[in-house]
Amino acid sequence: MSQRNRLQNGGRIDRSKSLTFTYNGKLLKGYAGDTLASALLANGVDIVGRSFKYSRPRGIVAAGAEEPNAIMQVGATEATQIPNVRATQQSLYDGLVAGTTNGWPSVETDLMEYVGKIGGKMMPPGFYYKTFMFPQSLWGTYESYIRKAAGLGRAPQDTDPDIYDKMNQHCDVMIVGAGPAGLVAALTAARAGARVIIADEQNEFGGSLLSSTETLDGKPAAEWIASVVQELASFDDVMMLTHSQVNGYHDHNFLTIQQHCTDQFADRAPNGQIAQRLHRVRAKWVVLATGAHERPLVYGNNDVPGCMVANAVSTYINRYGVAPGIDLVLMTSNDNAYRTALDWHDAGRNVVAVVDSRKNPQGTLVDAARERGISILVGSGVIEAHGSKRVTSVSIAPLNDAGDAVVGAIVKMKADTVATSGGWSPVIHLSCHTGARPVWNDAILGFTPGATVQKQLTAGAINGSFTTANALNEGLSAACEALSHLNLTKPDVSLPATQDIEEGEAMALFHIPHTKPTSKAPKQFVDYQNDVTAAGIELACREGFESIEHVKRYTAMGFGTDQGKLGNINGMAIAAKTLNQTIPQTGTTIFRPNYTPVTFGAIVGRDCGALFDPKRYTAMHSWHVEHGAKFEDVGLWKRPWYYPQGQETMQESLNRECLAVRESAGILDASTLGKIDIQGKDAREFLGRVYSNAWAKLAVGKCRYGLMCGEDGMVFDDGVTSCLAENHFLMTTTTGGAAHVLEWLEIYHQTEWPEMEVYFTSVTDHWATMTISGPNSRKLLEKLTDYDVSKDNMAFMDWKPMTVAGVPARVFRISFTGELSFEINVQANYGLHVWKALFEHGKAFNLTPYGTETMHILRAEKGFIIAGQDTDGSVHPFDLGMSWAVSMQKPFSFIGKRGMQREDCVRADRKQLVGLKTIDPNVVLPEGAQGVLDPKASIPMPMVGHVTSSYWSANLNRSVAMGFVKGGLDKMGERVFYPLVDGRVVEAEICSPVFLDPKGERQHV
Amino acid sequence: MSDVTVEVMEKKLVTNQRPTDAIVGESPLHHADLASIASQGPQEGGVHFCEHKLLGLLTLRCVPLPQQQEEIESLLGVALPMAPLTSVTKDDTSIGKVSVRWVGPDEWLIIVPGDEAFDLETRFFETLSGHFSLVNISGGSTVFDVSGDQVVSMLKKSIPVDLHIREFPVGKVVSTIFAKSGAIVCRLGENQFELVVRRSFADYLWLWVQDASREYGLVVKTS
Amino acid sequence: MFYIYCPHCCEHREEEEFHAAGQAHIPRPLDPDACTDKEWGEYMYFRKNPRGIHHELWVHSAGCRKFFNITRDTQTYEIKEVYKIGEKPSVVANAVEVQNSHTQNSSKTPLENTLESQSGATL
Repeated sequence: MSQRNRLQNGGRIDRSKSLTFTYNGKLLKGYAGDTLASALLANGVDIVGRSFKYSRPRGIVAAGAEEPNAIMQVGATEATQIPNVRATQQSLYDGLVAGTTNGWPSVETDLMEYVGKIGGKMMPPGFYYKTFMFPQSLWGTYESYIRKAAGLGRAPQDTDPDIYDKMNQHCDVMIVGAGPAGLVAALTAARAGARVIIADEQNEFGGSLLSSTETLDGKPAAEWIASVVQELASFDDVMMLTHSQVNGYHDHNFLTIQQHCTDQFADRAPNGQIAQRLHRVRAKWVVLATGAHERPLVYGNNDVPGCMVANAVSTYINRYGVAPGIDLVLMTSNDNAYRTALDWHDAGRNVVAVVDSRKNPQGTLVDAARERGISILVGSGVIEAHGSKRVTSVSIAPLNDAGDAVVGAIVKMKADTVATSGGWSPVIHLSCHTGARPVWNDAILGFTPGATVQKQLTAGAINGSFTTANALNEGLSAACEALSHLNLTKPDVSLPATQDIEEGEAMALFHIPHTKPTSKAPKQFVDYQNDVTAAGIELACREGFESIEHVKRYTAMGFGTDQGKLGNINGMAIAAKTLNQTIPQTGTTIFRPNYTPVTFGAIVGRDCGALFDPKRYTAMHSWHVEHGAKFEDVGLWKRPWYYPQGQETMQESLNRECLAVRESAGILDASTLGKIDIQGKDAREFLGRVYSNAWAKLAVGKCRYGLMCGEDGMVFDDGVTSCLAENHFLMTTTTGGAAHVLEWLEIYHQTEWPEMEVYFTSVTDHWATMTISGPNSRKLLEKLTDYDVSKDNMAFMDWKPMTVAGVPARVFRISFTGELSFEINVQANYGLHVWKALFEHGKAFNLTPYGTETMHILRAEKGFIIAGQDTDGSVHPFDLGMSWAVSMQKPFSFIGKRGMQREDCVRADRKQLVGLKTIDPNVVLPEGAQGVLDPKASIPMPMVGHVTSSYWSANLNRSVAMGFVKGGLDKMGERVFYPLVDGRVVEAEICSPVFLDPKGERQHV
Repeated sequence: MSDVTVEVMEKKLVTNQRPTDAIVGESPLHHADLASIASQGPQEGGVHFCEHKLLGLLTLRCVPLPQQQEEIESLLGVALPMAPLTSVTKDDTSIGKVSVRWVGPDEWLIIVPGDEAFDLETRFFETLSGHFSLVNISGGSTVFDVSGDQVVSMLKKSIPVDLHIREFPVGKVVSTIFAKSGAIVCRLGENQFELVVRRSFADYLWLWVQDASREYGLVVKTS
Repeated sequence: MFYIYCPHCCEHREEEEFHAAGQAHIPRPLDPDACTDKEWGEYMYFRKNPRGIHHELWVHSAGCRKFFNITRDTQTYEIKEVYKIGEKPSVVANAVEVQNSHTQNSSKTPLENTLESQSGATL
């Protein structure tokens, strides 16, 4: 296929740089500067997709972000597939591979079309709800059918090799859109010394000027653009972003820009380069200069390829050197669109006729058309296009004054292209993102940005100021307003002279009547992407959907990636007319971020793969890795879970580790426990307020276990706090609770008790903590220290400073296993040294490293709780059978005290934590299993509580478990039953949770 | 125990936490073997990185009264930076280089040579009157030095604060999020920053800096 | 994404540096043990959800770790002011409301009187 629609001259393409690309498997040529859309049109490709519901062939209708049909799948390899790419926004590059996302089996001959033709009546608005709802079991079948038909594109199956990242930006003025208004605003702000970011979705700055034949200062507009761009580039504090879509405008002037850094040049980014970058911009002031989209008119079969928006036709001619047809019929309700007829004519093509809905059009452009001898049919409309895969002819008829009825004979004319214009809709999308409601403006027949609390200014066509002169003026004044807010001096900026063009009044016209009623007329599409017709909107209104929000949801108008860019106003106008209201009475839906689809890559940035989430390591991590540890994620920490040896199963490892600790000595890396240094004369009183137990008498050198409760009385954390000196404590928290506990202490100190003299400082990372546990742990420690660690000198719950393996250490005689234990803390930079030294001397004692799982088993044998596993925010200390850890006598009403005395908290039948001894000792209850008292009760059985911890205990050679049972503390010796999903019912005896060494003799040695 | 110094002053505990020099401490990036990368890796690039290892890091919490301010100045050899987000760095105090970073209205980070931390702590508890807390966090944090022509671009990928020289002049310090972790970031020069990061996150942040620097080229230096 | 002025760091920072900590000006009763279950329940669980001006407690968690208050319009998300703990808001929807945030009945219990006298003192 040759570039049969390519013009010999003109446009901003570089005819010396030929590019080859693949479209639906065919090799085609284009030029540097083309978009995929302009190259397809140059090659005479008419059909670029099949429609969503009816599977009708569709062609390119627009030239920018508003294109509803040319939605492509791009990517040369599986890994580089990108769905939902608008061909109008994709720059052409050599080797580009693109395909249509729908069409089954191909866009040219689509079997679905026949279904569509029959099915038109079967698929009225609301067809999802009406047709596919029942039976529900078939939804899966329907869904795959709909998805296939809808052509939503597909995600790559292989990992995307490209790099996407994010960058935080700050500026004084963020200018969205680099058309005439945006460029002047940027230039003005830049000259005043402001920090400016100007972004535009196009491959070059210039906006509407790039596709028009207008002159500035009597010269082609491109010269003025070039001079502004050059000057802007000379400022250090100006950032110019092309290929950059400002996709979201969020609260407090936070904007997101998706910059295509390299994916407009190649399928894959060059090595080390970024494919796309998401700029996260915080701007002091924002100038929206987003321009306007031309509105097509709605008429019969207006979706046949060849039906286009007028300005898009001009853009393809003037910017890309492509005339997308031979014989043009232009239908318009305004003067502006006459430019398209002039451009078409001047490109040497045939303008069949201008069909103007107005009776007496007058203006500079109308005169120019007449001068060129172009035939103008006034007071008329194109009521229907003919053709299936391309327009072949149109039916034109005279309209009444209101433009809502055909009042004369139909004339049929041959044409392959129909360009239409119903006026322009300001691109107000971004202004809506922060909640501003658009305001209808009768003068421009469109919505303009509504009142906002953002520091937002608008300039140019977004305000309905459609002429270049007005755009330039408003760009200047918006920048000056921003500068005055920023206390910057307004610089000298002289605006270029524009051409004087007088335009006659436009007619408010959206929907061209047909000789038949809308419901019987050929389909008149409002929203191409979602296949919403004028008849569909009328039906929705008749069915009682009066709110435009409901009409939208019922018909799907403005859904999806399209967001109603072309169709919304027409749809609202049709709804308004059906409801016998004005458009402002009908209102508008508002637009959400993002303006156009954003790739997941840009959203994810670098937070993927190895950088997905931080991994926190202890000082001994490398040793764990070398010794084959399996790791468990606890919060962000990587904690050794168990250390398999040889071919051991996990259970075999656990059995070995558990036995080693109770028989001789084991060692645990406990560095991840939260640690908080607490200093100040009120530290002790503060502890008494935040813990449920008493702290007034804890002596220097002693440690104590404490429970931390919320104001509701429910346990949320626990740990041991040690008295380092009279006004100095070290608190430990659970691994996962460290940050929360520190913030908890701070909020009470800062907001409730600021008079208390106390400071909290996290030292979690500062100390490496290793716990040696087991009957031989003292003997091991004695090998590494000269300090007297005998029972007499260092009793249970004492802590002592000493030197261990040559390193100053704080050693705490506390135990989470129930064995003789020493928790050695050294500054983390020396942690690995001490850890290794322990192993050098540990061989004699079979020193065995154990992980979190063994720790869990050993503590469960002793009935010690784990906050977060045996508690869930709904249990207070008494529920846990830990009344010993509550001091109701403390003078200050500690946090949780009042809460745990509420009526509900003192009920007799609360769920209480008890031990569970399965009758069959070999059965390990699944954690989470729900208990019942009567296994024969009818379903739903009354449940009495769930299993919270359950393990195989190698030391006891049986299972051990803890769980909640209603009133369990008074049910010792009674039975509870656990019906499992596999049909088994496990019977267990309620017992004390302390399965091993109830008198604590093993740790008091 | 003769080799353990235990002081209980102001009813608080101060202990020396460093062993003799015979035992070499391992900084949080010890495993990354930065010295080898420095000698064998690229020597040119837009971002330079080095870890200042095993420094003495102390967290001071205090709402200093005038007398306390004077006492602190005499202890540190520099005045406490009282204005938010300010810092001081002095190379030639009696104990060598001393840096003080404002962290919060009642919190400062003091950075001294590693072997000076305990002495300084001891003198603080001996000298400083009134309510305060001083905590040795030398094992809990480490100091990265990042510099180079493209260091600002690298940091813009990592932290959300405005790094423009007018908004973030030399000497300014902020505590902020760094990727999905955090850092105390101090500007030492137009293209040089100090990052104080937590030990357990150091490896993640080192990976992040490598990744964010890739397009500019990363040069690892030894301190 | 809010842009929040931290009254301690004295500059605007991104929302991701902060945590919201709920409604501001909810002082802990001075004598919890004297509260009825209902009163304690009000303190614990009952919060406003206004359309418009709202006072919120935030903490600059990744920055200076200080708590402070924000007056925010929940409809527009505008932050009307920030003020330190212990200070009173200058922008209020209804001056009486803040003063008597806990008192819903006209007859005040002793607790309510203490709350009122304490209100704004520390929170």
